[in-house]
This record gives sequence, C-alpha cells and structure tokens, in this order.
Amino acid sequence: MKPKINAGSVIFSILKYLSLILASLIAVIPVIVCVFTAFKTNEEYETTSVLDLPASFLNFENFQIAIERANMLRCFLNTAIVLVVVLVVSVFTGSMLAYVLNRFKFPGRGIIESLFLFASLLPGIAMQVTIYQIMYSLNFINHLYGYMIVLMGTDIISIYIFLQFFENLSVSLDESAIMDGCTYFGVFFKILFPLLKPAIVTSLVLKGVSVYNEYYSSNLYLTKPELKTISTALYTFTGPYGNQYNYICAGVLITIIPILIFFLIFQKQVYSGMAAGAVKG
Amino acid sequence: MGGSVTNAGQKTFAEKFRSRKVQRYLVIITFMFVPLLLLLVFTYIPFAKMVQFSFYDMKYIGTRTFVGLKNYVDVFKRSDIFGSLFVSVYYMGGAVVQLALALFFATMMVFKVKGESVFKAAMFFPYLVCGIAVGFIFKFFYARGYVLDTILQVFGMNPDNIPLWLQDQKINNFSLVATSVWRYTGQNMVLFLGAMMSVDTDLYEAASLDGANKWHQFRYIIMPSIKSIIVLNLVLSISGSLSAFEPPYVITNGNMGTGTYFVIMNRLAHENQRVGLACAMAIVLLVIIIICTVAQNLFFKYAFNDGTEDESKAAVRRKKREAKKGGA
Repeated sequence: MKPKINAGSVIFSILKYLSLILASLIAVIPVIVCVFTAFKTNEEYETTSVLDLPASFLNFENFQIAIERANMLRCFLNTAIVLVVVLVVSVFTGSMLAYVLNRFKFPGRGIIESLFLFASLLPGIAMQVTIYQIMYSLNFINHLYGYMIVLMGTDIISIYIFLQFFENLSVSLDESAIMDGCTYFGVFFKILFPLLKPAIVTSLVLKGVSVYNEYYSSNLYLTKPELKTISTALYTFTGPYGNQYNYICAGVLITIIPILIFFLIFQKQVYSGMAAGAVKG
Repeated sequence: MGGSVTNAGQKTFAEKFRSRKVQRYLVIITFMFVPLLLLLVFTYIPFAKMVQFSFYDMKYIGTRTFVGLKNYVDVFKRSDIFGSLFVSVYYMGGAVVQLALALFFATMMVFKVKGESVFKAAMFFPYLVCGIAVGFIFKFFYARGYVLDTILQVFGMNPDNIPLWLQDQKINNFSLVATSVWRYTGQNMVLFLGAMMSVDTDLYEAASLDGANKWHQFRYIIMPSIKSIIVLNLVLSISGSLSAFEPPYVITNGNMGTGTYFVIMNRLAHENQRVGLACAMAIVLLVIIIICTVAQNLFFKYAFNDGTEDESKAAVRRKKREAKKGGA
C-alpha cells in the first residue's frame, strides 16, 4: 500500500516545505532581531550590525532599565487585577444572560437579543468618542474600577459564545432537574454551569488576549502613571528613548513573554477558541 | 403574637419563592440586570449621544452650536478625512493579499506536513502580540539603517537604492499594510484550517485513493467547505480596513499621508476636540458597516442556499462513480 512516488508529488512537497519555512521565517525574524538587540550593551548596540548576536544572552541590563523607567512591575499588577476581575465577571454575566435568553420565553426577549446583536456592529474606537463623556460624568476616569467596567460593557463576544453553546445544550437536562424540585437558580448553577466548560474556556481565551493587549481605552481612561496597564506602559517608550532600540526591544519582549508562555501552554485551546469566535458572523 | 405574624409572612414568601411563575421572573430580572445596564450605559446612551452630537459644533466641555448637516458635509470635503478613505484602500488590498496567503498556507497544511505544529505556531503567534509592541517591532524593522536595510544589504542590495520605508510617500502605506499582513495572516490561516478540518477527513483519503489530484481535492473538497468563511472575511476586511489603527498610530503617528480613518478620528476627537465632526465620522463608518453586513447576509441567502457540505460530498461521490466506471 505504499503511495506511488512520482516527480509531481516530489516537487509539490519541496514547494510546500519551502513556502512554509519561508513564511515562518518572515513571521519570526522581526521578533528574533528584537531579542538580539535587547541583550546588547549600549556600546555593542551602536557598533555592531543588528543581525549580529549579542556578546552575551545574560546581559539583563536593558530589561532592568525598561522595567524601572516604565514602572512595568506596577503595570503588570494593574493588568493582572483587571484581567482577573473582567474575566470572572464576564463569564458570569455572559452565561447568565445567555441562559435567560435561550431558555425563557418572555415579552421583549427578541428585542433584547437584537439589541445585543446590533451592538456588535458598532465600531469600537469610534464609540469611545461619546463613551469618554459618560465616563467623565460618572467620574470613572483614572480609577481602575472604571476601566474594568468599561471593558465589561463594551465587548460582547462572550455573550455570543455562550448563546451559541446553549443552543446545542439539551433542554431535557433542565426539565428533569426541575421535576426533581430544583429551582431555576439551582438548574443554572448546579446543572448547566459545570457543563459550560468548553464555552468558558473559549471566552476566557478570546477575552483574555484582548484585555491583555488592550491599549485604546486604557490610554484614554487611565492617565495617572501608577494606574497604567502593560500596553500603555510600553507606549511611554515612544518619546524619551527615540532611537535607543535596545531599551525599547527589552520593553517589547517583557510584554510579549507572558502571552508567549500562555500560548505555548494552551495552544490547543487558543486555536479552538479562535475558530469558535469566528463563527459569530 | 408579633412572632406568629412574621412567621406567616415568611411562609408565604417561601411559598411564593417556590412558585414557578415568581421564580421565573426573579431569574429573568436578576440574570439580565447587569448585562442590560452595561449595554445601556456603554452602548446605547453613547450611540444616541453620537447621533445627537454629530449635528453640533462642540467640544467635550463648553457651549455647543447646532450646525445641521455641516459635519457630514465636512467628512467628505475635508482633505484629511477624505484622504484617509484612500489610505483604507491600501489596507483593503492588504486584506485580500492576506486572505490569499492564509488560504494558500492552510491548504498546504491540510496535506500532511511534518512539524505542522511548529509552522502553525510560528505563523500564528504574531496575532497575539499587542498592537503597540507590533508598532515598535516594525518601527525598528523599517528605520533607516536598521533591520530591513541590513537584511537587504546582506542580499547584495546597494544601500543607495534602498528607499526610506516610512518617509517616502509612494511606499510608506505599503510598509504599514505589510505589518497588518504580518500580524493577521497566521490567524486567518488557523480559521481556514479549522473550517477545512471540519470536513470529514475520510473525504481526502477517499479522493486521493480514487486518483483525484491535489488541484481536484482543493477545487471539490476544500473550496466548498470554506467559501462561506472566505466571503465573511472579505466583507469583514472592508470595515476592518477602515478601522486600522495601531500600525500608523505607533509607527508614523499618521503623518506623511499614512493617517487611516481611525487615526484621523482619534486626532479630531481627543487632540483637537472636534467632537461633533468625530461623531459624524463615526456615524458614516457605522452606515458603511451596516451596508456591508446587509450585503453579506443577502449574499449568503442567495448564493449559498444549499448546504455546502452536501455539495462537496456529492462531488466526491460523482468522482468515485466515474473512477469505478473507468476501472471496469
């Protein structure tokens, strides 16, 4: 049963691997060069070619400077707090809303569902023009909780994911639990919520990545240095460092490393989360 | 006596709680309260204000004057805004290139590849890098005498012939669009690959045993399974290209003819405080997005009204029959 080897399939294989290797190189080279540069001393940075390896991969001076000048540890803490709170609250509000919209018939249900669907069409950054005014009048600007609330309120992706998931979850589960005397609250928290695990993972991945990388709202609503998140901290490298790319590259790597580790551990979930999130259209 | 009254009260409350009808409304109200409040405060009130403000000449604070449709006329008359619509055309072109590349690499990966997960991870990872970091990485990449220039010189290019990637107005938009292609191709590829894999994998085996070549497999099995996701991505690329923000914002700050629609809107709203004009821009963008969405739904309704999967299976069955006839 050995497949026949012919000239056509050999050429096809060569082209296949060549194109994949080339594409992977293009994808990683800009980052690899950054890694080289981040480990170079000022003198090395000025005298050697950007493609040369640094003298030592143990020279962490640039990383230290980047962390100190941009106060990155504090910014990591802020980002971590925001991540945890926003993710936990969105999982609960998203799944609870989807449960009600999917399992109950009540007047106005259709309207509410279309309101959420229409909201997903509104362009994000454009909306911030007027959201800014509301944040201002609620006195939410320069408070971490204000930023968290705006992140919970403006991204509807998790609601979509849960709505989709509930559609494929049999109603007979609810019915038999109710026969056994379970309340609706009990049905949701004891029976259905544990079954939502795949949808929870998907929404955590998608929302987690978008919150970690979020820049625009953070830049608008958290202007005090001690409140900055990791992406706005990185942006502070624009002005004072100009062409000191060895510091800038160190800062870039510091922000990338956590998400790289996350990706390497949860690769499978990240890919399937992407696929599930894309179906929403 | 007082005690017995409260006891009776509690009983009826408990009874009421147990009654299905009350419980239903309790669940509906408590579970929907927070999401609906957030939706109202952060989507519909801002939306209503956006419509209202678009008819005014105003700043965030201070007096406002009603100017009618003047802001909308300005969106199409001001050279910076109208110019940004042309800049979007570059990003649309980039989106088409990116879809084509993603489709190509996804197809390559459907046919068995050794080390698939390494290639996939390397190409996908740029999507997870935050936009600001992407901006810095490419500012460094394109800067005079740094990464790209050095690489080109290694390949023997004369430094005098290398253009200024970010300053030369003939090419700087191509340079910026390339960063979006770099960032999103891998993610599109993963989406396509997911859709291709959702086809019964036996189909590929069956088809290749029956002598279907790679092109036939692509044409009759892969294409039907992903044509809807391709159309979806093409439509999204239109609104996506108008929403391009981070590369020009970090790398060139929208200078030298690289300001996209969002960069200009951001500048008008938060730096120049032309809030009314920015709102009119947002409404124009929303109208474009709604037109695209309606067009997309109509397209799906009339173009793909039969199940795509059946079609691909039928094609394979047809090929099998033909192959059998040929064999007999």
